[in-house]
Amino acid sequence: MVHWSAEEKQLISGVWAKVSVEECGAEALARLLIVYPWTQRFFSDFGNLSSPTAIVGNPKVRAHGKKVLTSFGEAIENLDNLKGTYSRLSELHCDKLHVDPENFRLLGDMCPIVLAAHFTKDFTPACQATWQKLVGLVAHALARKYH
Amino acid sequence: MVLSAADKTNVKGVFAKIGGQADEYGADALERMFTTYPATKTYFPHFDLGKGSAQVKGHGKKVAGALVEAVNHIDDLAGALSKLSDLHAQKLRVDPVNFKLLGQCFLVTVATRNPGLLTPEVHASLDKFLCAVGTVLTAKYR
Repeated sequence: MVHWSAEEKQLISGVWAKVSVEECGAEALARLLIVYPWTQRFFSDFGNLSSPTAIVGNPKVRAHGKKVLTSFGEAIENLDNLKGTYSRLSELHCDKLHVDPENFRLLGDMCPIVLAAHFTKDFTPACQATWQKLVGLVAHALARKYH
Repeated sequence: MVLSAADKTNVKGVFAKIGGQADEYGADALERMFTTYPATKTYFPHFDLGKGSAQVKGHGKKVAGALVEAVNHIDDLAGALSKLSDLHAQKLRVDPVNFKLLGQCFLVTVATRNPGLLTPEVHASLDKFLCAVGTVLTAKYR
């Protein structure tokens, strides 16, 4: 059972309240595809991913980024049951999408960087630590139903 | 993994922009690493790791200095970091996984202090560079 301190919950909700899910999601996914280009293997039907500019401007990337980060929002509402929250998505990513769980960690690592650029000095070490913990646990929950 | 000409230009650009604040960036990245990844503290039992620690500042300066040196010899990272590579292999023996963790924190530091600088392309180049540095530092481990 994961333990979240009151401070951690505050650091999560405080940041989340000020985040544009669409913007942050789009940026995190775009950065994933640019910084780790092999991740593009899952998005062959997304159209033009031929350059960083193309990726950043790609409407399917934006839409999918928004989808991913929206599910984060659900996780934040259910911090004490990440396993349950991601159970169905975990099965989907394993059975239908065939995504190596390492990719969840890579995408997760993009989130603190996007938040850091957005919040600058307000993204304190404690804030970073809490969000890194969250993305790690989300990645773990998404991998849980793999077989 | 190879650093392209564009990568090298991007990385040099980052460090030119950081300039004399490199020491602060180093210390900030270390502080973030110790907070975000507490297991990394196990390599520093002899340090005061409290906020504002002079030892962390001093070590941040060392780390930043090494990165600047690497950037200045970006065409020969193995040569530039050879002595540090020996040190890490023979004496420090920091588990290779930790270089990625420090790299992640360095990226966050750059993002908090200079968000406009870390475009996706520059982010990619800097990440590659930090990976390459980690690879060199662990190259002689076995």
